[in-house]
Amino acid sequence: MQLTVNGKAHDIDVEDDMPLLWVLRDELGITGVKYGCGIAQCGACTVHMDGVAVRSCQVAAASADGADVVTIEGLGTPDAMHVVQAAWVEHQVAQCGYCQSGQIMQAATLLDTNPDPSDEDIDLVMSGNLCRCGTYPRIRAAIKTAATNLKEA
Amino acid sequence: MGRVRTIARRSFLIGSAAVLGGVAFGTYLAVRPKDNPLVDGLAEGEAAFNPFVKITGDTITLIVPHADKGQGVQSSQAALIAEELDVELDQVTLSFGKPSAAYYNTAFADEGVPFMSFDHSLAATTARRVAGGVVRAIGLQGTGGSTSMPDSFDKLRVAGAVARETLKQAAASKTGISVADLKTANGAVQLPDGTEIAYTDLAADAANIDPVERVVLREPSEWRLIGKPMQRTDITAKSTGTLDYGIDLTVEGMVHAAVRTNPRRSAMNSYDAAAAKDMRGVAQIVEVTNGVAVIADNFWRANQAVNAIECDWAEASYPADMDGHWAAVDASFTPENLNTAWRADGDIDLGLGNNDVMSAEYRAPYVAHQPLEPIGAIIRIDEDGAEVWAGHQVPGFVCSMVAEIAGCEADKVIFHNQFMGGSFGHRLEFDNITQAAEIAVQMRGTPVKLTYSREEDFTHDFPRQIGMAKAQGFVKDGKVAGVSLDIATPSAIWSQSGRLGFGAAGPDAQIVAGAWNMPYDIPDLRVRGYKVPELAPISSWRSVGASTAGFFAESFIDELIHAAGADQLEERLRMCNHDVHRKVLEAVGEMSNWGSDLGEGRGRGIAFVESFGVPVAEVIEVTMTDGGIKIDKVYVAADVGRVVDPINFENLVQGGVIWGLGHAMNSEITYTDGIADQTNFHAHEGMRMYQTPQIEVLGLENAEHIRGIGEPPVPPAAPALANAIFATTGQRLREMPFHNFIDFV
Repeated sequence: MQLTVNGKAHDIDVEDDMPLLWVLRDELGITGVKYGCGIAQCGACTVHMDGVAVRSCQVAAASADGADVVTIEGLGTPDAMHVVQAAWVEHQVAQCGYCQSGQIMQAATLLDTNPDPSDEDIDLVMSGNLCRCGTYPRIRAAIKTAATNLKEA
Repeated sequence: MGRVRTIARRSFLIGSAAVLGGVAFGTYLAVRPKDNPLVDGLAEGEAAFNPFVKITGDTITLIVPHADKGQGVQSSQAALIAEELDVELDQVTLSFGKPSAAYYNTAFADEGVPFMSFDHSLAATTARRVAGGVVRAIGLQGTGGSTSMPDSFDKLRVAGAVARETLKQAAASKTGISVADLKTANGAVQLPDGTEIAYTDLAADAANIDPVERVVLREPSEWRLIGKPMQRTDITAKSTGTLDYGIDLTVEGMVHAAVRTNPRRSAMNSYDAAAAKDMRGVAQIVEVTNGVAVIADNFWRANQAVNAIECDWAEASYPADMDGHWAAVDASFTPENLNTAWRADGDIDLGLGNNDVMSAEYRAPYVAHQPLEPIGAIIRIDEDGAEVWAGHQVPGFVCSMVAEIAGCEADKVIFHNQFMGGSFGHRLEFDNITQAAEIAVQMRGTPVKLTYSREEDFTHDFPRQIGMAKAQGFVKDGKVAGVSLDIATPSAIWSQSGRLGFGAAGPDAQIVAGAWNMPYDIPDLRVRGYKVPELAPISSWRSVGASTAGFFAESFIDELIHAAGADQLEERLRMCNHDVHRKVLEAVGEMSNWGSDLGEGRGRGIAFVESFGVPVAEVIEVTMTDGGIKIDKVYVAADVGRVVDPINFENLVQGGVIWGLGHAMNSEITYTDGIADQTNFHAHEGMRMYQTPQIEVLGLENAEHIRGIGEPPVPPAAPALANAIFATTGQRLREMPFHNFIDFV
């Protein structure tokens, strides 16, 4: 299969039903995307596929053939963070941090489609992403900061 | 003199003495080379001043002895060293260190002795000292029990100060300038003329002199870092996907493994791997204790194959269904199972005989830990040793267990502790370690990366204890006058120590934690703990016994206060028997504007529980909507003696409240045919964002000793919510999870 990840093209030989999550993690060594549940209940594996947030544990390799995938590593880097990542740092959201790649990728899509989300919008979109440490209050605040900063940018 | 006693109790220093303006410390025991794990491997010109600070020609390394499961200990413990060493955290390298007796954690011993946290009598301090000696004897470099700050607050600051003063001494020898004329800042010694000598340039000189033996710790008014908002050192990495957890590591030549072991936690009778062995990527199928493992070239293939194996599992040693578990708990309120009467004020039997008695029964279910990073480990076993990469709370035991399987000495096992994607007590267990070692020993020389599937993790979680309470009490003249609380749970501590091969001895304080030590004076008050014979294997779950006993106690207190016709806050304040605790209650009353009218269909509840030495009061406001209960707001006041980082403190308190609420509302582990019914997060959600209330946090600093905050916010959450729901709807919830009895929106 052909796959572009974070701007780099890959040619990969895997089973049609191998989830994109494991193609990324174990075949390509891209580990910012996390395994949490394998059944789309936690959101830790969220990546952008052709510009839309998807649960990569539910995307079969065959259906990702030819796709343009962006993971947390491609969203921004420590030296050039995406607005959402910068807001996550400003609010010091993370505790263990394991879910935050998925949270950030989901939040970035939310702000792409809805630059001025209400509290209800945020709760609705972000409730598919579990955080076992309970950083939800800070996630809410960081999304609002990111929304403000995007508008000013 | 309080601080001197604290230090002496921890046997950390010898010969300490109080002096004007602070405390001077005697010889730092751990500077003896055999006690300092950093001395091994030092090159010429490198200095290790003590087990926590190492300086070479180009790097300052601070050792953070505790494991980081998300509580931010790497930042906060490093800040304690940096405060005295005069370095900034962006100038240093941080390391979790290697397992060593030098990093033992004595604060573990503070819990589990039958004295109130604020009891500093001779008997209480002696009991804690004796318990601490036991911990030191086994060199437990453990993380848990909210002990990271109590264990390290003094000794890491001392470590920083010893290093700083020794570097100044080295600079004095080098320049001929008196130590008294030297200053330190930003990782350098400053000479009177403004010249700076970097610590790294003094390492070679410092290595040749004896470390300074007497240091004076700075006064709080001089602190640069402690008590101020900090930037967590891991925050950028955790926001950019660039931090490697154990599950993310790759070791040269590594293979992937997935396991399936008996979900009834007993033997595997037989298995048939015919369908699995020819699946793509499968290299090998091997047996492990109670199950089977597949080795493959990636995890998904290993897991697909292991699930294609037909296994015949033996029966469970515990009851197959929940009726059997509850019956066993209910049958344990007997003299033979009486663990201890932890509290016996007045004469409760006489009181119950002479008054109108209220009775109530409460229940708490098994609940899973399930941190979001599944458990696993990478282990390579060679001919004469082993190397382990994993996140674990008890590194010393990891080494000894791997050594036993590898057939080598424990000191031949090199352990690399990793950042953990949560734990909540889950990484106190060892199945992932021993299974990875059992696989690795069958393929010596090859590193094996074991990853649990979420389903394997859920069905093999050692959950929180199941429990019941039978409560009786009475009120007199509008006051709570008598309480008898009998609590029966299996012992998480005994279950854990049984798996470690230790015979557990003595009563388990955790069965009644958060109840026996309720900070109330009630004329007739008795709290008894009954140990239920072990059922399903269980383990310590964030806040341990107080997560069940605190719910029982504060629910029944609420029922009695209601029966007395008194105000829930005023009556708790009237009964409160300690000034520090009373201020916590007063604070939460002020924050929540207690007594104000919330309007139609709304109400509030309060709960107050001390656990791990920290009194925490929570007020919860709810609304009864058409769809069910909505939690609007939570107010939390807690006293930890000293808040090291207010930002991290707030984050941990909010997370603890969410943990307590989410599981009380939504989560339980139940067994059918001896197997956990809940196999993934769809059936055991905890809390999601849509149910998360606003949470306002206040940290108080009136208590004498510093305490940890990871666990104490959990226990009051469930009873405060149940009490709020009662105040709003009149429905009393006496059993968790609450969603079995009332809807939440």
